[in-house]
Amino acid sequence: MGNMNEIFETGRKTLQDLEQRLQMPRREFLQFCATLAATMGLPAGAEAAVAKAIESAQRPSVIWLHFQECTGCTESLLRAEHPTLEKLILDVISLDYHETLMAAAGHQAEAARKDAMKANKGKYVLVVEGAIPTKHNGIYCKIGGRTAIDLVKECAADAAAVIAIGSCASWGGMPSTGPNPTGASSVSEILGKLVPTIPGCPPNPYNFLATVVHFLTFGKLPEVDKLGRPKFAYGRLIHENCERRAHFDAGRFAMEFGDVGHRQGYCLYKLGCKGPETYANCPTLGFGDVGENNWPVGCGHPCIGCTEKGVGFEKPIHQVAKMLNVAPPLQYPRIVEEQGKAASFASAAAVAAVAGAAAGAAIMLTRNLGLSHAADEAERAKDAGAAGDAGKPAAADKAQV
Amino acid sequence: MSTRREFLKGVLASGAAATACAAAVPALARETKPRPPEALGLLYDATLCVGCKACVAACKTANNNPPEFSTVDHLWDTPLDTSGYTFNIIKMYRNGTMEAKDQETNGYSFMKTSCMHCGDPSCVSACPVSAMTKDPVTGVVGYNADKCIGCRYCVAACPFGIPKYQYDSPTGRIGKCELCRHRYKDGNYSACAEVCPTGATLYGKTSDLLIEAKRRIALKPGQPARFPRGKLGGPDQSYETPAGKYLQHVYGEKEYGGTQVLKLSGVNFAKVGMPDLPPDAAAAMSETIQHNLYGNLIMPFAVLGAMTYVAKRNVKPDDESSDKEED
Amino acid sequence: MANNQHSVPAPVGGSLINVVTLSCGVLIALLAAILVVRFLFGLGAVTGLNDGYPWGLWIVVDVVIGSAFACGGFSVAILVYIFNRGEYHPLVRPALLASLFGYTLAGAGVIFDLGRWWNVWNMYWPTSANPNSVMFEVAVCITLYVIVMWIEFTPTVLEQMGKNDTKKKLNKLMFFIIALGIVLPMMHQASLGTLLVVLGVQIHPLWQTPMLPLLYLLTAITMGYAVVLFESCLASSAYRRKIEMHMLTPMSKVMLGLLLVYLVVRLGDIAVRGALPKAFVPSVEALMFWLEMACFVAPLILIGAETNRRNPAKLFLAGILLMLGGALLRINGFLIGYETNIDGAGGFTYFPTLAEVLVTAGMFAIEVLGYIIITRRFPVLPREDVQAAH
Repeated sequence: MGNMNEIFETGRKTLQDLEQRLQMPRREFLQFCATLAATMGLPAGAEAAVAKAIESAQRPSVIWLHFQECTGCTESLLRAEHPTLEKLILDVISLDYHETLMAAAGHQAEAARKDAMKANKGKYVLVVEGAIPTKHNGIYCKIGGRTAIDLVKECAADAAAVIAIGSCASWGGMPSTGPNPTGASSVSEILGKLVPTIPGCPPNPYNFLATVVHFLTFGKLPEVDKLGRPKFAYGRLIHENCERRAHFDAGRFAMEFGDVGHRQGYCLYKLGCKGPETYANCPTLGFGDVGENNWPVGCGHPCIGCTEKGVGFEKPIHQVAKMLNVAPPLQYPRIVEEQGKAASFASAAAVAAVAGAAAGAAIMLTRNLGLSHAADEAERAKDAGAAGDAGKPAAADKAQV
Repeated sequence: MSTRREFLKGVLASGAAATACAAAVPALARETKPRPPEALGLLYDATLCVGCKACVAACKTANNNPPEFSTVDHLWDTPLDTSGYTFNIIKMYRNGTMEAKDQETNGYSFMKTSCMHCGDPSCVSACPVSAMTKDPVTGVVGYNADKCIGCRYCVAACPFGIPKYQYDSPTGRIGKCELCRHRYKDGNYSACAEVCPTGATLYGKTSDLLIEAKRRIALKPGQPARFPRGKLGGPDQSYETPAGKYLQHVYGEKEYGGTQVLKLSGVNFAKVGMPDLPPDAAAAMSETIQHNLYGNLIMPFAVLGAMTYVAKRNVKPDDESSDKEED
Repeated sequence: MANNQHSVPAPVGGSLINVVTLSCGVLIALLAAILVVRFLFGLGAVTGLNDGYPWGLWIVVDVVIGSAFACGGFSVAILVYIFNRGEYHPLVRPALLASLFGYTLAGAGVIFDLGRWWNVWNMYWPTSANPNSVMFEVAVCITLYVIVMWIEFTPTVLEQMGKNDTKKKLNKLMFFIIALGIVLPMMHQASLGTLLVVLGVQIHPLWQTPMLPLLYLLTAITMGYAVVLFESCLASSAYRRKIEMHMLTPMSKVMLGLLLVYLVVRLGDIAVRGALPKAFVPSVEALMFWLEMACFVAPLILIGAETNRRNPAKLFLAGILLMLGGALLRINGFLIGYETNIDGAGGFTYFPTLAEVLVTAGMFAIEVLGYIIITRRFPVLPREDVQAAH
């Protein structure tokens, strides 16, 4: 990693160019890099590397395809504010094809795409938004007369990286809700290989931004889980980071919308919150750049699990979630816990001393009694021998006892 | 000689007394008491329990109990077992890799530990001052500290190890779950059942809970089913979820004559701390012996009568001689 | 007959200050100090009792075993007043004295152990007492018995005070008091065993049986004779007096007879219940069981022969062994055989703390000191004109 001073020393001129190009003060730019670095969970100092990467004049080409989608992912990105996104992304990257944002339309738009793909062959980033229908050879989504399946295969062939943004592109999303009449599928399924996915409906824009910037900075995409989701964003269950978790643990639940518990901000588990089985970082980031607490649960509605296949748009919103993280913490008491104190040295010694003294005294007394008895017996025998003629038992002498 | 006659009289007196005792024995066996018909209780389903410990927290609050610490940093309530200050606890069974819930080998399971509210409680039979009582209608086993002498016989007698004494206080009392009977007057029910998010702890009449328990163990594992939460017969909070894998045994149905708190588990009960108990309550045997030996004080008075008769005859000669020499 | 011409009881006399009494004094002082802490700060501050072992040294040793050791008075009373063996009469007062102290201190020991001792009157109050409880019966019986024993001992006091008329009036009622003094211990000693019955499967099969009341009663009577043997030999040796072999020898035969009955019942019960295999499983319980059995069987071998019964050393040893056996039966039942966690390893350990041991020692010291003071100052032991040479 670099450090801030490096930027000062070597890149003053570059930084000035950057300011001009992006029309953003240097501090704001560096803060943007810091935000992205933090989102990715990179260590301190990484923002310098991020800044350096963005500075470079070469802006990677990005082709953005839209299929079965609502354009919510794009809208979500447009709401990013650190700084205004269109400035940065349209300047940091070269968005060569985006049906919502580009000025061109119709044949010109398609031509622009083809040109960009040819000029940047093997170097452009392909972003896919929306699911791809597969039923009846995919006729349910066609752009410029070509099916989505064909388009995505063609564009992915020469792409340096493919990113699926939104739940629809990640695993089918809303269009794939049963009975899935169009056969809506994910990008990974169509391409036959796992591509990085940023699920969510919509996903938090910073998850996407950070992924792209990671790619620009390090030349590779961040670490992903087995579903292709970047671990920095989708590594934890919502339940693990939820600000209402303490209420769950203490058994304080909202039972109905608007009841006392609901107004107190209690846990929404009983209203069907899918936080316990949904992987995402919504509680940490919040939406709309107004800080934490600005996410569904924070606003009082249970999470619907929009990032998770099998949960979002499949399980009823108010159905109780399955707890995935039942692995309890270390301090869980076992069925049998060792308790109580064993013998202390002092007490063991005391008991031993008492027992020893008693045994010793008993042995001594027994011995004395035995000796005394033997002496008595000897004397009796002597007396019996002496008084044998008289015929009187000498025992009479001892009768007084 | 007179001494031999006296001796024989003594033997006869004792023998008569002993025979009277022996003859009375077979008739007075005290049967194990069943649960009262309107008995209240809980149904704990370990397969539904997610170990959130909301019930532990709720119980502490409902009973005004202080937290107990078992870690170096005294940050939060971490009791290791029920105690004089912890009436309800969730314990965890662990085995091997712990990869699956409610699995006995290489799995884990939770078990709620709290008073079973037995139909024929050992603690009630043991308590010499009636500090432990069983309500004749609800069957709830309650404790009255104002009568308690702190002898801890109830602690020793309970096969589940539930009543526990507060040794750290010079005025310590026994502590145990009383099914939140102090909350009934406000229309509330057991706090643990009230807060349980998954309905693992369910409150209601034991007769109804037993029917519910039997319904559950008849389900196929994975079969979607509806599970009530809170209070059986109360406002419907039920939800649907796949059924877990149950052992075909409702714990508490017959143990010691039956308990009012029933339990279901996927793991062998003995391994999760629920002892294997016979259907006859220990209290029945203990009271049978006591009633046979001392019932209505018949035998004691009979023996006393015999002893008095013999002693009177034997002590008199000594009395006379004591006029001449002191004995 | 010669029976009634026994020696007259008289104070032994002599100085009360010696090594023994001073040591007792020290132990008693320690006891008092520890009890202050116990009452100010609670049982946990002084004992090692915990949630898994609610009963420890004080209940098992001071109360259960202590009261069994105090059965000398009761056992001798049976011989003298029921079977009219007047030749044992001189043993009555010393045995009664030891029993008196033993039981009074056992009762005191209970109070120290009660967690809410100020409520103890509830046990005698009709609206709270629970007649189904074994402990209720034990408590009431012991309370009555202590009162009875103090009444039984009153003639000795009256004699010393010279109030012979009062003593004669009291003696007219004595037969009933004596009868009570035989029935009451039979009841509560048996019930001390019945205490374990309600513990059910928590008690190891070698010590859990419906025969518990009979077993504890038989051992209590037998231990009574054993204690008389022990104390007679000890007192005679300490005061340098002749041992009353003419009484101890025949009494030990009675003791052996009872011991045989006990062993038959004990082993028969274990066999009938099918618990015998448990005695052969290598475990602490099995070891303690055989130790207990050895202590009970050894006297049969030691003094089975008539000639051995005339040897005071062997009598003394046999007495100790029987006391030990009876003590082990109780320790094994209440502590060793008490499973705090029924299935698998018990989670709790218990060992008495130093303070508990000191309190027990202090209680014992009170008994010894009391016995010495009273026998030296009151007419308890038979007067002896001849000094025996050791």
